[in-house]
Amino acid sequence: MKETRLGEFEEIILLLVGILEQEAYALKVADEFEIQTGRKVSIGATHSTLDRLSKKGFLTSKMGKPTAQRGGRRKRVYTISATGQEALKASKELRTSLWKQFPAFINLTFQT
Amino acid sequence: MAERRNVPPRLAERLLNWFVKDDLAEEISGDLEERFYADVRATSSFRAACNYWYQVIHYLRPFALRKSIWMSSANYAMYRSHVKIGYRNILANKWYSLMNIGGLALGMAATLLVGIWIYDELSYNREFENYDTIAQVMQTQNFSGEIKTDGNQPMQLAPVLRTDYADYFRHVVTSSFINNELLTVGENGATKITRTGNFMEPGIAHMLALQMLKGSRDALEDPGSMLLSETTAKALFGNDDPMGQDVQIGTMMEAQVGGVYQDLPQNSDFADLTFIAPWQLLNSTANFEERLGWGNNWFQTYVQLADRADVTQVSSLIKNAKYDNSKNGADAGSADTRPVIHLHPMKKWHLYARFENGLNTGGAIERVWLFGIIGIFILLLACINFMNLSTAKSVKRAREVGIRKTIGSFRNQLVFQFLSESFLVVFLAFVLSLLLVLCALPFFNALTDKVMSLPYANGWFWLVCVLFIFCTGCIAGSYPAFYLSSFRPIKVLKGTFSGGKGASNLRRAFVVFQFTISVVLVLGTVTVYRQIQHVKERPLGYDKNQILYVPINSPEVRKGFKTIRSELLLSSSIEEVAASDVLITGTVVTNSGFDWKGKDPAMSEEFRTLRSTHGFGNMIHWEIKEGRDFSRDFKSDSLAFLINETAANYMNLENPVGEMVQWGTNGSFKIVGVVKDMVTNSPYEAVKPTIFTLHYGGFLNFINLKLSREDTTQEALTHIEKVFQKYDPKSLFTYHFLDEQYARNFIDEERTGKLASFFALLAIFISCLGILGLSVFVAEQRTKEIGVRKVLGASVLSLWKLLTRDFLVLVFISCCIAIPIGYYYMNEWIQEYTYRTELHWWIFAVAVLGTLAITLLTVSFQSIKVAINNPVKSLKTE
Repeated sequence: MKETRLGEFEEIILLLVGILEQEAYALKVADEFEIQTGRKVSIGATHSTLDRLSKKGFLTSKMGKPTAQRGGRRKRVYTISATGQEALKASKELRTSLWKQFPAFINLTFQT
Repeated sequence: MAERRNVPPRLAERLLNWFVKDDLAEEISGDLEERFYADVRATSSFRAACNYWYQVIHYLRPFALRKSIWMSSANYAMYRSHVKIGYRNILANKWYSLMNIGGLALGMAATLLVGIWIYDELSYNREFENYDTIAQVMQTQNFSGEIKTDGNQPMQLAPVLRTDYADYFRHVVTSSFINNELLTVGENGATKITRTGNFMEPGIAHMLALQMLKGSRDALEDPGSMLLSETTAKALFGNDDPMGQDVQIGTMMEAQVGGVYQDLPQNSDFADLTFIAPWQLLNSTANFEERLGWGNNWFQTYVQLADRADVTQVSSLIKNAKYDNSKNGADAGSADTRPVIHLHPMKKWHLYARFENGLNTGGAIERVWLFGIIGIFILLLACINFMNLSTAKSVKRAREVGIRKTIGSFRNQLVFQFLSESFLVVFLAFVLSLLLVLCALPFFNALTDKVMSLPYANGWFWLVCVLFIFCTGCIAGSYPAFYLSSFRPIKVLKGTFSGGKGASNLRRAFVVFQFTISVVLVLGTVTVYRQIQHVKERPLGYDKNQILYVPINSPEVRKGFKTIRSELLLSSSIEEVAASDVLITGTVVTNSGFDWKGKDPAMSEEFRTLRSTHGFGNMIHWEIKEGRDFSRDFKSDSLAFLINETAANYMNLENPVGEMVQWGTNGSFKIVGVVKDMVTNSPYEAVKPTIFTLHYGGFLNFINLKLSREDTTQEALTHIEKVFQKYDPKSLFTYHFLDEQYARNFIDEERTGKLASFFALLAIFISCLGILGLSVFVAEQRTKEIGVRKVLGASVLSLWKLLTRDFLVLVFISCCIAIPIGYYYMNEWIQEYTYRTELHWWIFAVAVLGTLAITLLTVSFQSIKVAINNPVKSLKTE
């Protein structure tokens, strides 16, 4: 459980939770993942990653309001915790620093 | 409204709710349902349902599973404790465990051996690539009502099949019979070896898909080139290149090596095919074209079917191919037997080789079934031991069960515990049995005359082993598991529990079952041995002792026979020398085309014939009933017959001596005498009508020599070898004794006898092991009772009676059941032999008394020990 590094899939899921805010529950995260990356993912896979990220302390969650579309069942809405934000930041900084050390691609980054 | 009808698939929902954790159930089913309705709107309800299933299955992840499904660490500890307790139980009762595991291992080892044997039998010939399409052409002939089927064919058949039925066959091959041939290579015949091989047409190489190490399969197309197997090539040429070298076959033929093929598989009908010479070579050397017609069934015909041809269909098409062609030729007489030909596919060669009245009625497959069933029974006996001993021991473990249940064990857990204990024992027994099999395999191979090994590298073998362990574990462990776990804790702990009437009755039934099987096996063994002994003691009508024979390898020997004979007789240790075409122990040559006065015109007769030189009968001490033996004094004896008594009856001649018999184009023969019947064929069968005639020509195959005294055998052999070296230097001198040849008649039966006795002993042993265990248990249970009885004055004898009576009654019941079963099956078996022993009552008496005696010994061992114990000891404790 002490593993605090982020995998690629985990990082994207974490970011998506941040983007989706109040709508960040397993189904919506999975849908958004498909839209943003064009890759297929099952709800179960997304859910298990969300669960794992919560156990690592990067996410907190609470049960939301029940809605009619879900047969009156509540949903679990995830939000990024402080440690989660730190982990994202650390990961971004690592990448930027790596990018900077890679001269051939400096121009490329400025263009986009 | 549409959404109402479209609800998520119920079953998937149920499944999800079953495996998913309760605290996740709400959010997950909510998510899935939301997705489902979105899908219904976007696509179709069917697609949505499919996706729902897909999503449910993707929730089968560790994080979402219930604890009870996902093996928890608590459960793991439980399993570990089961194994540990099982292990301790094994150690705590060493003798008992040894008996249990040992007995089970013996049973498993026997079953494994039988399994390997059956596998070997079933995989016979299977290594050939064209296994499914190869067949042999058989013919069914009618000899005046006696219908016989065999694979002997005339050489004219193959060409007919090849041309008239070309569409159905890929290859049609004429082949000689497999034979020992002398192969000679090198200058002045430096290397001489005798190898078994065949003369075959070229298609055989493709048919058998020979793996060529050197040269090509087409080499046989050239009548001057032959193929050698790898080992033969090694034996002849060592490490030199055999290709293109000359090999002399026998004394008349020579061929160049055109190829070397990988040795053919051991468990196949072609295992002895260690060289293949072109059939054309034999044909031209022996001048068959001129001599042989449709009536000379001297060869075999093998075919490979074309791609879409079916065996039964082609069989019915070619049915009359032989009859139609033979009735019009010069050899029209051969059509009298109305030959019908058919194909016998390779997959039936080994296991379905028997024909009765023209129908394929089985064969070795019956033995496969028989031993398979015996193997399973032996295993069952061993499993029964395990069950019996466990239930008997249950009283001891009843307290444990009671405590476990009181503390809160579920019944399932107890069942599981006992099953895992039995699996532990079975696993140990299996490991032991593998060791036993490894030790026993060499003996078993020798006994069955096979080359078998455990197929370690075969994944299927291990899969079967796992299944085998599983099944045995379940059979052996099921009863104790369910029986023990059903104990009511209150009863057990109060001490009123006594093992149950039902359980002990079942134990008795099991013991009866075990001994029934054992007694049947013992009966079988005794009968088989009685039969062998009976046939061995059959009076032969001639003297086979002190006779040896030398096969004739070259025409020079035939031509110079008279000189060789007189030179051989110079030694005082040789009494008589005579040549013959077949051995007296196996008159295999049959002939027809005889005519005599008073012969029923409808009769299509068949006689065994034996051609020999003068003095043959005298040498084997045959008995002349009427008339006289051949004599050198009568020149006319070259056209004389001696017939045996059976032949006289067969020909319906009251005074056969002096009658004339016309033998085809060979001339008219006069019957000069009648010989007393002799066993010249299988000793299990009735004597066949046989004709003896004089011959000094090309048919002679053996020189028989009668030695005068046993102690000068070596002297005689040196002399014989010297003479043969002189007159036939090209051949390898070999000799055999006639009585050894005769003893071969018993190989198969003796093998069956040995196997049967092996299994019978094993069955008895395992059953006794079981009964020994039970007697220990009973004695243990009744220790107190016996102590009290002793104190009150019971004698050792009466105690012994008390303890053994129960078991003897059970074994006696088994005998009563086993006798009719044994009688039925052994009677059936013995009917196969024409010359057979009777099933005397004393066989059964011996089997029953023997079993009773063994049981008594086994049980007494324990009961006497208990009966002579000092009662103070048994009463003092507690």
